[in-house]
Amino acid sequence: MNTIWFILTTTSIIFCIFTGKTEDFTKALFDATKSAVEVSLYLLGIISLWLGITKIIEDSGLIYHISKTFQPIVCRLFKKIPKEHPSITSITLNFLANLLGLGNAATPLGIKAMQDLQTLNEDKETVSFDMMLFIVINTASIQLIPFTVVGILSQYGAKYPSSIVLPTIIATVTSAVVAVINLYVFKKFFNRKK
Amino acid sequence: MKIIYLISQLIIPVFIFFVIFYGFTKKVKVYDSFINGAKDGINLTLRIFPYILAIFIAIKTFQVSGIFDFVKNLLYPILNFFSIPLEVLSISIIKPLSGSASIGVFTDIVKTTGPDSFASKVSAVIMGSAETTFYVLAVYLGAAGIKKTKYLIPVCVISDIIGIVIAIIVTKILLG
Repeated sequence: MNTIWFILTTTSIIFCIFTGKTEDFTKALFDATKSAVEVSLYLLGIISLWLGITKIIEDSGLIYHISKTFQPIVCRLFKKIPKEHPSITSITLNFLANLLGLGNAATPLGIKAMQDLQTLNEDKETVSFDMMLFIVINTASIQLIPFTVVGILSQYGAKYPSSIVLPTIIATVTSAVVAVINLYVFKKFFNRKK
Repeated sequence: MKIIYLISQLIIPVFIFFVIFYGFTKKVKVYDSFINGAKDGINLTLRIFPYILAIFIAIKTFQVSGIFDFVKNLLYPILNFFSIPLEVLSISIIKPLSGSASIGVFTDIVKTTGPDSFASKVSAVIMGSAETTFYVLAVYLGAAGIKKTKYLIPVCVISDIIGIVIAIIVTKILLG
């Protein structure tokens, strides 16, 4: 992240100076702080909501039923997760929320899943392979129906707004598979270099 | 299509009802449990805040800097060669960076090129199949307190690029 942040900020400053947009830069800077606060306040609400709900799931023992049902699938993907670990439930719920396009639930549950995965991590400062796999699958965003997009298309009078659904599903599933393969290729390469 | 929409509308209320009701039948003090869980939300959000701030600064300043136009001009001949509409490039650059901005760009593409144009269709598929990668990275890694990311970032960036190419190809074959 250090490299990414360095590249993004420095190149934008250099570009702004060369194109004479320094004023826009300063404005964008303070706009960013404002949006960060707004998004965080919004996150505070939905994270607390889903942490509250998952606490009920834990206290009532429902968590064991969920993790037992989805254990075979989740543990096949994430090899280092032991049986009946809380991360199975948070990962399952995050994937389901993503699949149904429930962004408001997916992000908080994903954050919960990352924290659960961190409890299994040996080196707390370094990302574990299971965490990387979880993030890669999340950024590939497998979604059944992109409602927002279909909504915009039909609002502007598209003939068949839902015609994009099938290509979207094919594209998103293929790119998720490619992303996971990509991760394994990097893993192999990285281990060899060591 | 309508059924799936209905399910996704129903799923959250039904799920929350089920969780609370199940807890109640298992004699859990559901209210206390909820409060106990929700309490952790404040600390967690406070911990994520600096990560969100940092990534927002990078993204917002990047957006106004004019790099987009520069990259667009650079890639224009390649796009022309494969007869891919230029609008596709805008959506491809903006989508991994910002969710709200990408909706704006997408709406703009639909408005200017028409809802049934090839550009709109490709952009729609990219909108549906790509994610706001850098935001997810910042928030998820921040929440877990990870500092060393090994090869995660290159994997995500390369996968994003491949994902966009796949989206273009799939749309060309099915709707082109």
